[in-house]
Amino acid sequence: MTALDGLEVGQVVGERTFRLTRDSLVRYAGASLDFNPIHYRDDIAQGVGLPGVLAHGMLTMGVAVQPVVDWLGGDSGRIADYQVRFTRPVLVDAQDGAEVTVVAKVGALDDAGARIDLTVTFGGETVLGKAQVRVLPPR
Amino acid sequence: MNPELQGRSYPPTPPYLVGREKVREFARAVLATSPLHHDPEAARAEGYADVVAPPTFPIVVQDATLQQLLADPDGGVDFSRVVHGDQRFTYTRPIVAGDELTATMTVTSVKSLAGNSMVTCESQIVDASGDHVVTTVSSLVVRGDA
Repeated sequence: MTALDGLEVGQVVGERTFRLTRDSLVRYAGASLDFNPIHYRDDIAQGVGLPGVLAHGMLTMGVAVQPVVDWLGGDSGRIADYQVRFTRPVLVDAQDGAEVTVVAKVGALDDAGARIDLTVTFGGETVLGKAQVRVLPPR
Repeated sequence: MNPELQGRSYPPTPPYLVGREKVREFARAVLATSPLHHDPEAARAEGYADVVAPPTFPIVVQDATLQQLLADPDGGVDFSRVVHGDQRFTYTRPIVAGDELTATMTVTSVKSLAGNSMVTCESQIVDASGDHVVTTVSSLVVRGDA
């Protein structure tokens, strides 16, 4: 049970680094039913003008919210709204994978709860824009 | 991309039955470790009927609506040129295992910008009682020939 009173705008509520590998992409493809081959075949990715295999945007979105769920004590049912814009691709190296860092900060507070803003970076650049999670007060 | 698609609605998708193992599989794939996604007892202790799906799980249910759009002979959407632009989920309640969900999609806008098209689709996802669970909004960028 994470109360929202006492929070301040700008406060960091979670911060984590995730490593995504080609294995992660294959697992996500199966779980999500998104079998677009740009997420597992370099030749096809390069054939459509990409530098190589990319993470599914929805995988990045799915992982990026986890620090917020952790902060809520694991109760993702307190999330009322979650949105992102996909601004830059996450290129996943066959050997080294990709390191994605998430910082979750209080963006706004009002009677309806809190807006948590996510800063999601890969290789020093942000990959999601307007990444916002609306969180309800405890039930 | 056919601009006349704007405003078009598609029939409700066949019911999608949310399985407990599917929720666990999806949770593992997005590195979601909360016991509420994996352990029915932990979920029940928090007042949920069964394991709780992670916040982005509705994309699995929304997928059937994307297939409707791609299959529409009037659509002219070439999937190999599609890039995900943005995504939003607005929840009335979280999805839990045992839910039987249908999605009804409307194309809310079709725009052209700089040789590309952008199509925005909204899906209302409801449970077996017809009660609202989540609304999904997806924007897809269909890259031009340039």
